[in-house]
Parts: sequence; C-alpha cells; structure tokens
Amino acid sequence: MVAYIIRRLLLLPVILFGVTFLIFCMFSLLSPQERLATYVNNPATLKNPQASERLIRKYHLNDPFPLGYIYWVRRLAKFDLGWSKADNQPVWDAICQRFPTTLELVIYSVIPVILVGIWLGVISAVHHNDIVDQSIRVIAIVGWSLPTFIFGLFVLFIFYGILGWLPPGRLSTWAQDIVYTGKHFHSYTHLITIDSLLNGNIPVFLDALRHLVAPIITLSYISWASLLRITRSSMLETLRKDYIRTARSKGVDEHSVIHKHAEKNALIPVVTVAGMMIIGMLGGVVITETVFTYPGMGFWAATAAQQLDYASVIGFTLFFASIMVLGNLAVDVSYALIDPRVRLG
Amino acid sequence: MKRTLRKLFSNVTSLIGILLLLFFVVIAIFAPVIAPPLSDDPYNTPRMSWDINPQPPGFPMSDNIRFIYDTMGKKVKWNKAIFGTEGGGYDIFYALVWGTRTAFKIGIITVASSMLIGLFIGSISAYFGGWVDEVLMRITDIFLSFPFLVAAMVLTTILGKGLDKVMIALITFGWMGYARVIRGSILSAKEETYVMAAKALGIKDGRIIWRHLLPNTIFPVLVQGSMNIGSMVITAAALSFLGVGAPMGYADWGQMVSFARNWIIGAPGHAGQYWYTVFYPGIFIVLFVLAWNLIGDTLRDILDPRLRGEL
Repeated sequence: MVAYIIRRLLLLPVILFGVTFLIFCMFSLLSPQERLATYVNNPATLKNPQASERLIRKYHLNDPFPLGYIYWVRRLAKFDLGWSKADNQPVWDAICQRFPTTLELVIYSVIPVILVGIWLGVISAVHHNDIVDQSIRVIAIVGWSLPTFIFGLFVLFIFYGILGWLPPGRLSTWAQDIVYTGKHFHSYTHLITIDSLLNGNIPVFLDALRHLVAPIITLSYISWASLLRITRSSMLETLRKDYIRTARSKGVDEHSVIHKHAEKNALIPVVTVAGMMIIGMLGGVVITETVFTYPGMGFWAATAAQQLDYASVIGFTLFFASIMVLGNLAVDVSYALIDPRVRLG
Repeated sequence: MKRTLRKLFSNVTSLIGILLLLFFVVIAIFAPVIAPPLSDDPYNTPRMSWDINPQPPGFPMSDNIRFIYDTMGKKVKWNKAIFGTEGGGYDIFYALVWGTRTAFKIGIITVASSMLIGLFIGSISAYFGGWVDEVLMRITDIFLSFPFLVAAMVLTTILGKGLDKVMIALITFGWMGYARVIRGSILSAKEETYVMAAKALGIKDGRIIWRHLLPNTIFPVLVQGSMNIGSMVITAAALSFLGVGAPMGYADWGQMVSFARNWIIGAPGHAGQYWYTVFYPGIFIVLFVLAWNLIGDTLRDILDPRLRGEL
C-alpha cells in the first residue's frame, strides 16, 4: 500500500505542472496589455504607454512562452496572483477572505448528504420494493434535468419572494453590524455559525442559519438523488452475493449481516461517488452563490467574469483546481485504505 | 441495433423522452413559421417595448416600436407577447422558439466535436499503449482536474462573449469522458482474434483502428454522448445565466433566465408578479434536458444492466 501511495504522490507534481501550464496557456490568450491589467490596480498607469511598457518588461509579460511561464509560476509561489478589480484588493487576499464563507456552505451541504443519504440508501435497499425503486429513479432523473440556477430561482421565489422566510445574502444588516464591526464579537474560524456559538450569540447564529438553508438545499439536491441511488444499487448487489447467504445460513443475525458484512463492501463504490460529488459541488457554488447573492468565492468569481476581471477569474480557477487535485488524491488514497484489491493490485 | 430501437420504443420512460424530443424538433424546424423574425438576424430577440420592467403575458407591442418596423418596411405578423416579456421588453415566446434552435446547435455541435477528439485520443492511447498511453492519459487527468463549469467559465471569459466562444470552451473541457470510455473498450477489444488477423495481414494501424476497432467499440460512446447533450445545454445556459455566455438579446434560454434573476422577487407588496420571467424559460430547459436524459437512461440500461444504479 505504501508503494501505491508513493506512486500516487509522485504523480502530484506532474498534475500540478499540467494544471498551471494549462491555465497559463489560457492566460496567454490575452494580449500583454490585458495581462498587465491583471497586475496593476491603477487605471492611469495602464493609459500611460511608457509606464505600461516598463511594467510589461518588469513582469516579463512579453517574454517567450516558456520564460513567461517560469516567471508566472515564480509569482504564484509568492502568492502574487494579481489585483482583483471586482473586490478591490489583491486576488490572494480576496481568496483568503472569501474561502471560509464558501467552506461553510459546502460543509453544511456535504455532511448531511453523506450521513443521511447513505443511511437512506441502505434502508431502501433492505426494504427493497419496486415502487421505491422506480420513484428514486424518476426523482434522480428529474433532479438531474433540473439546472441548479432554475431550481435556485424557484427556491428564492417561493421562500423569499412569496413567503419571506429565507432571505438572500449571508447575514441581515443588524447581524453584520455585530459580526464585522462589533467590539465583543471575536472571529475564531470565520465560519459565522460556529463563531456565533463560540461567542454565545444565539440570534446571530439563527440569522446565519436562516441565510444558509436555501443555498444548502440548492447546492445539494442533485447529490441527494445520486448518492441515494448509488448506495441503494450497490447495497442491493452486495446483498445478493454468496457470502451474505452463507452468513445468513450460519445464523448470523440480520443486523450484523447488513451493517457488518454487507455495508463494508457495498460502500466502496460510494466513496468514489461521494468524492466526485464534493468536486461537483465546487462547480455548483458559482451558480448557487450567484442566485442567492451569498458573498463567497463563487459569487466573487461570477461578478469578476462579468466585469472581465481576468485576474480574479484565473486566481479562482487555479485555487479550485488545486483543491480538486488534492481532493482526488485524498479519494484515491482512502480508496486504497478501504479496498484491498486496489492496495495489492 | 434493431433490438435497441425496439426497446427504446417499448419502454414508457424512453417513449416520453422521444415524444418530448420530437416536440422540440418540430419547434426548431418550424421556428420561422411559429415566430416570424423581424430583423435580418433571426436570433435577435425583438423588443416589444423599451420599458425596463418585464411585461405580463399578452402584452401588445408598443406603438413606437411598431412604427419603427413599419418605416423599415417589415410586416409585423404578430403583435402580442403571449408569454410576456423580460426586462427591456424582450419577447419571451420568440426567444424560446428560436432558442430551441440554439439549444440543438449547442448540444449537437459540442457533443459531436468533443466526441471526435475523445475518440481520437482514446483510441490512439489504447491501441499503441506504453508511453503513448501514459502521456495521453496524464493529459486527460490534467483536463479532468478542473470543475467543468469553472473551466468553461474562465475560458469563455478570456475568449469573450458569444455562442461560438461558449462552444469552444465546452468542447475544450468536454472530451475526456469519451476518451476514457473508448480507451477501456479498445483495450479489451484489441486482444481479439479479428484484430490479430488484421495485423497479420499487414493492414496499417490507422485502418485497423478506423475500420475494425471503432465500429465494434463505438456504441457505449454514442450512448454517453446522447446523455451529455442535456448537460452541455445546461452548462451553456448556466454560462449565459452568469453573464459570460450569449450576448444580450440573443435568442437563448439561459439568457432569458439570467434576465429573470433581477425580477424573480417582484416589487415590494407584489411578490411573484414576474413569475413568467423564469417559469417559461425554465420549463423549456427542463423538458429539453429531461428528454435526452430519459432516452439516455434507457440506452444505458440496454447497454449494461449492471450500470443501472449509477447516475
């Protein structure tokens, strides 16, 4: 297994090189002037031909392609991703500031799906019948056909437009005053739900939760359908295996047959799907946050894209791609830990 | 093949899918009859008023716009926005009818092109194996390291607005799945005797792949392609929704929904008064994608009953 993990780790630099190279290729589609604009925060400098000429040379933006790549990666290593016009601060600062906001949304979307979705999938496989089977299938197909942005708009329409329960944004104005300018509120984790509990401020906690419910539903409804379906079919297949029949005929009680014998094997493919699901959510946050004006990274990236703020969009893509590469690595390694066939093969 | 077709038509879910698809094909073909264009470019959605607010279904074309068309010598054959208008007076009905053509165009062109790239890379990778396989598959991994929507968004942003740019972005990051599937099929097929026989006869590698291997292994890729048409249309609509896709006023479903984002909540005290701005475009997108998914789901069952549970 160690050999497998080492082999997988050796691949990491190759993939990271490829990812940065590909992003640099896209970056190079821009003219040197446009590329310069991603680093400069003062529009006057860009209008001055001499100053911009000097800066293009300073940032090596007109160098031959391989050299340009090396200088660009060197700037990346110093976290110099350029200037975000959409956020009016350096791109890296914007990422650091907004990442906890997105993380809070993703965590609350992923954990219930994995815990409850798998549990429901196992239950529905054990009480196998055709009607449940068919309805899960139909729900999954319909859910898959319903784009996130339309589903999100309907949620917004019903729960905010008509009922007025779940407002967009991240916090109400009064809560913002407490969290961002209040003297007695300490931000430990920048996850507002957790910070407010640590500060013992229940009203802020409830307000944050109220703003989170709609984006969570929107971000995770597809995952619910797909995870439930994959767990169920995998469990059904396992329950038909010979070793399960052997266990039953030896008189093992039904509870341990399901939870000790079957579940372990049935959940192996679920690990991959859950990993891919989390990755899919990373793409989903762009849409979800835009629909609910939830001020995380996705909302920032979408705003930046509309304003042709290339620095922010590229920085955002680079950051998400890095997370995805590390996430894939984690899935592969955990796969090796769970499944002896991968470990030895 | 015959068995597949019979199964497609005997299964209720896929039959619904086929009927839905037929409905959209009819709309796309007869678009010039259903919604006669008013300008030289039929994909330019006509405006029914200059008003910034959406107008309800049945809203008649305002007189000053009518006057412009009259002086241009265009005959206005219909004068009501039967599905209402988006903000800025863009006629929803017209945009949906011509948007059907846009959707077919996006779906078919992106899937066909990315399938070709995938087939090329996947078959070369599997047939030659060794370091060729290693290099091509690592390149595939690299392209797979981006969340699809994010990658398409950044490339479209850099290339600029427009449907062609959206399609280039979708193709660039959409071929990897096909490459992997065809690679898997060819890896197992190339050990079979007919391939050995072809090699023994001294047939060139390219011809073996093209004439012998691909016809025997292409079916799963075609199934995957038919299922991806829906998701390609969703992604293109999502890009338009984010404001980096089709230009303003282009007859495109996602474009219509992106207008709706600003109006969905309604004026204070009149919650939901602009429901039609998202309802009609939403229905069109969902039904179109649903049609492809229903067909694809059945195709997958026919192809491999073991895959039934995967989504």
